[in-house]
Amino acid sequence: MTQTKLVRIVTAGSVDDGKSTLIGRILHDSQALMTDQVDALSNARFSRAEKGDLDLSFVTDGLESEREQGITIDAAYRYFATPETSFIVIDAPGHEQYTRNMVTGASNADVAIVLVDASRLHQGALKVQTRRHATIAHLLGLKVVFAVNKMDLVNWSLKVFQEVEESLKRLSRSLGITNPAIVPINARSGDNVVTISPAAPWYQGASLLDVLQSQGEGTDLSDLPFRFPVQRVVRVDGHKLEAQRGYAGRVASGQVAVGEAVFVGPHRRPTKVSRIETYDQSLGRAEAGQSVTLYTEDEVDAARGDILTGPESSYANRVIADLCWLDDQAWDPRRRYLLQQGTAAITSRIESVLHIRDMRDLSEVRGGQALKLNDIALVQLHTQTPILADHFQDNPKTGAFILIDPETNQTAAAGMIRGVV
Amino acid sequence: MTFFSRLLHLDRLESEAIFILREAAAQSQNPALLFSGGKDSAVLLHLALKAFRPEKLPFPLLHIDTGHNFEGVTEFRDETATRLGERLVVAHVQDSIARGSVRLASPLASRNAAQAVTLLEAIEAHNFDLLLGGARRDEDKARAKERVFSHRDAFGAWNPKSQRPELWDLYNGRLQAGENFRVFPLSNWTELDIWTYIEREKIALPSLYFAHVRPVVRDGEFWRPVTAVTPAAAGQVIENRVVRFRTVGDMTCTCPIESDAADVAAIIAETRLSTLSERGATRMDDKVNEAAMERRKREGYF
Ligand SMILES: Nc1nc2c(ncn2[C@@H]2O[C@H](COP(=O)(O)OP(=O)(O)OP(=O)(O)O)[C@@H](O)[C@H]2O)c(=O)[nH]1
Ligand SMILES: [Mg+2]
Repeated sequence: MTQTKLVRIVTAGSVDDGKSTLIGRILHDSQALMTDQVDALSNARFSRAEKGDLDLSFVTDGLESEREQGITIDAAYRYFATPETSFIVIDAPGHEQYTRNMVTGASNADVAIVLVDASRLHQGALKVQTRRHATIAHLLGLKVVFAVNKMDLVNWSLKVFQEVEESLKRLSRSLGITNPAIVPINARSGDNVVTISPAAPWYQGASLLDVLQSQGEGTDLSDLPFRFPVQRVVRVDGHKLEAQRGYAGRVASGQVAVGEAVFVGPHRRPTKVSRIETYDQSLGRAEAGQSVTLYTEDEVDAARGDILTGPESSYANRVIADLCWLDDQAWDPRRRYLLQQGTAAITSRIESVLHIRDMRDLSEVRGGQALKLNDIALVQLHTQTPILADHFQDNPKTGAFILIDPETNQTAAAGMIRGVV
Repeated sequence: MTFFSRLLHLDRLESEAIFILREAAAQSQNPALLFSGGKDSAVLLHLALKAFRPEKLPFPLLHIDTGHNFEGVTEFRDETATRLGERLVVAHVQDSIARGSVRLASPLASRNAAQAVTLLEAIEAHNFDLLLGGARRDEDKARAKERVFSHRDAFGAWNPKSQRPELWDLYNGRLQAGENFRVFPLSNWTELDIWTYIEREKIALPSLYFAHVRPVVRDGEFWRPVTAVTPAAAGQVIENRVVRFRTVGDMTCTCPIESDAADVAAIIAETRLSTLSERGATRMDDKVNEAAMERRKREGYF
């Protein structure tokens, strides 16, 4: 089997700007739709397309209420491949009410296509939701590619495009996104989506799909420090004297070899790896992404929730983190939340809100004791026991966490560790 | 800054599925693995062995049996469980009919939708709080929206308009009493991935996945199998055709496709060229209504 590059894409941007139509168009023009799926589109109820045309948003807007209301409610996953690249495309909703579903989709992607409707801007002013989605995508570490959509509605005007481009560049600067690609498209007809169209002779760049395919892969997770969240403890020959305990899990980052030292938990108890096993193999080494069982030379008493690390690691029980608040129930400062990092769930409290981002101008609003649905904030967290203090930007596997409301079990927030106190 | 792992495609999918299986077992009190004998559940079971051997599986296998099975499938199911020494729980739609919780319009009516009732009864009877299933997002447009850890309320219902957020691979498997999870480790697999994995791992399947001669009648775009519960109607011409099944489900709604692909390699070659989706080519239950799958899932279906 040859190595193909995996690119996971999520759509982003305000409601109705054409995200689902774009995904439908990409799949359609890449011959990734099956005949029966196309047939189903042409007979679909609630289709917004003119006679003889397809409403391509229905490729991903598959729920009854989505079609009826003409909006996306939750993220859809589709899979397709070109000879060079295998794609997972995630079509996220633009409606503010469903921002948590966009965050869900974005957390499983590497690249965000942020769409803007070229016909609905006044002097290039971007919508709040465009800014919010670009901010979320950037905080979650995604690469951001902009598509200026519905260029047909502004007669492919270079002047309009340049206005939008200017606004997107300003937004990028304020977020710290460098040199973003900005592609003028018509998602409905496919201009500049998979192939370059003559409609905009002034556009010298690549088609959107080519831009997506040419994204660099970034950093190999195997090159980061070793991290291995223990999922379960395996007991082999439990009755005999030589009973052995192994630790089943997936290497989150880095690599480990038989004979190497690993450390358990905040006290960093050291031991050595004696064996690395899979179902049918003994391995000399395991690297990022592999699910294995590790056996150690000493009884180190590790359990589910512990993270085995290499020599580099630091723990803290006060961290600074970005939070996207996802729950309808606002933050209650008196309450505790379960912080899930890797396989650990640790009691925690939000001690203070350092700032909340105002989505109108992306300014940082200081202080306050309120944190509600869709807020993006920088907070200080206190955990009952020290947690691995990996910074999200250095290691997205262990730098990420969720907060769970222990009363309702809802996932209340997505978090990214940015520093220690 | 973005990050990647250099695992090959199938290795990545395999490892992800093993990770999900282990999370599901660790985060539940009383899980079960849905095993029908179909190809996806055979792959899922194989991955469960990879996740938990040398220990016994931390869950029984569960089959919701409509009683309308194609020849060889229940035998395959039973032999597999026996060979592996794992516990198999079978819940029969027939028992739900006897209890009166399932009422069919006619004795030969499709029992496909009735499976949801029997499934929910089995969940209650055995106190299952998490069911592992082999469903894939590429199967259907409603499935394409579903979480890996799919939360179901006390009625077993999926609520697609308010799914729990699911961030990164941090699965939140917490429940209130009476609720349950359906967990789908194969969410990100396609039909082609399933077949290439079956080939690589030499996973055994029931024989009806491979080309064989079968009596069928033409029914619109489908070749409908002629069986005891789906006899030919008056005037329909019974033909013996070389066919194979792409999915194995209830006899009343699953059709084979014409194919002479007699081994996995030939099936992979055909799958690469196919212009029809798996369910589009084989399932009559989805033709009834645009949102057939979504509606079944809202009623508690897998
Ligand atoms: N004229 C024109 N219309 C477009 C274009 N792209 C999309 N549309 C139309 O814009 C409307 C909204 O498109 P969707 O694809 O549903 O928008 P969306 O961004 O997915 O919306 P949400 O998911 O609800 O946020 C539909 O009627 C599309 O046909 C385009 O390039 N030109
Ligand atoms: Mg949409």
